[in-house]
Amino acid sequence: MIVASPKSITELKKIIADHKKVLFVGCGTCVTVCLAGGEREVGIASYAMRMARKLDRSPIEIRQVTIERQCENEFIKDLAGPAAEVEAIVSFGCGAGVQAIAERFPAIPVYAGLNTQFLGVLEEQAIWTEKCLGCGDCMLAQFGGICPVTRCAKRLLNGPCGGSLESRCEVDSDRPCAWQLIYSRLKSIGQLDRLEEIIPPKDWSHAWYCGARKVVRKEHQVK
Amino acid sequence: MMQLEKEQTAWTPEIIAFCCNYCGFAAADLAGIQRMQYSAGLRIVHMPCTGKIEMEYILDAFERGVDGVLVVGCLEGGCHFMEGNLRARKRTERVCLILDEIGLGSERLKMVNVSDAMAPEFVQHVQEIVSTVTALGPSPLKPSENKESAGES
Repeated sequence: MIVASPKSITELKKIIADHKKVLFVGCGTCVTVCLAGGEREVGIASYAMRMARKLDRSPIEIRQVTIERQCENEFIKDLAGPAAEVEAIVSFGCGAGVQAIAERFPAIPVYAGLNTQFLGVLEEQAIWTEKCLGCGDCMLAQFGGICPVTRCAKRLLNGPCGGSLESRCEVDSDRPCAWQLIYSRLKSIGQLDRLEEIIPPKDWSHAWYCGARKVVRKEHQVK
Repeated sequence: MMQLEKEQTAWTPEIIAFCCNYCGFAAADLAGIQRMQYSAGLRIVHMPCTGKIEMEYILDAFERGVDGVLVVGCLEGGCHFMEGNLRARKRTERVCLILDEIGLGSERLKMVNVSDAMAPEFVQHVQEIVSTVTALGPSPLKPSENKESAGES
């Protein structure tokens, strides 16, 4: 899922300082699961913002709506009514959600209420870690299901750097060495021979570095 | 002027106490039975467990203009639902950060732990937050129609 974290109330207050009637929009998918932009978090942010503005003697009216997914027009269209009554929208979705709403409502300012972080998984309650870079050319089969592109700080594809200490990354001892994980995993599934293959330089043309990407699945298109 | 001073002296902070059924509420009940005296501005909200207290409940109370909030949970390790009071502690701390960030001040919110037999301690905690909030003055978020009676002219 997409993992995000909330912006501070101070930053958010500065962003919407010029508006007196604002719609806070939550998203019911990834950011709800990562406790950043669901109905509850939108409610907390609304309370905090209303009180902060009242203390500044510049009261604000906030409407709250949480839709199922902010990245689909099918759900965004439910915002048409509430959006018509406000000066601005704060999206508590990921960056994709913010932009999808902005495209749908070209005449209304749309601001981000979250900092979108990464594609990751829930490790334990309230702790998420990054697992996928979305490089567009998945090599997980080669590495026993552990991605060195994302999880190795140096993105090494042909073995460890030699700097790891007791299976921890030398860049950040809080992280496990991805190559130690890859070795252990390949060993446990009996595929250590995969390490003998030399991996050529990765083709980064599928990654973001060439600009925003597009996926077209013609078999599912209706037009 | 003298009348104004008299009104200011007479102001009693409005405090909401979210009390767990198994400790804080029972302690408050015991305090009542023993006829212990504490501030008349305290309003008790009976909760099944402090773990049921959402952050929105506390924020809503402050937005409505209460002067202080007290969260009363079981002693650590003694929660009837294992860890409801520990969760409440974390949520209270998060709300404290929010109150500091928006400028209302975290001093107006406090969480304490008591057992059902600790009526004197409950009263003491109440008087402490009343004292703290009295020193801070009425909540700046208090609706304007109540400000005169709250000591602000």
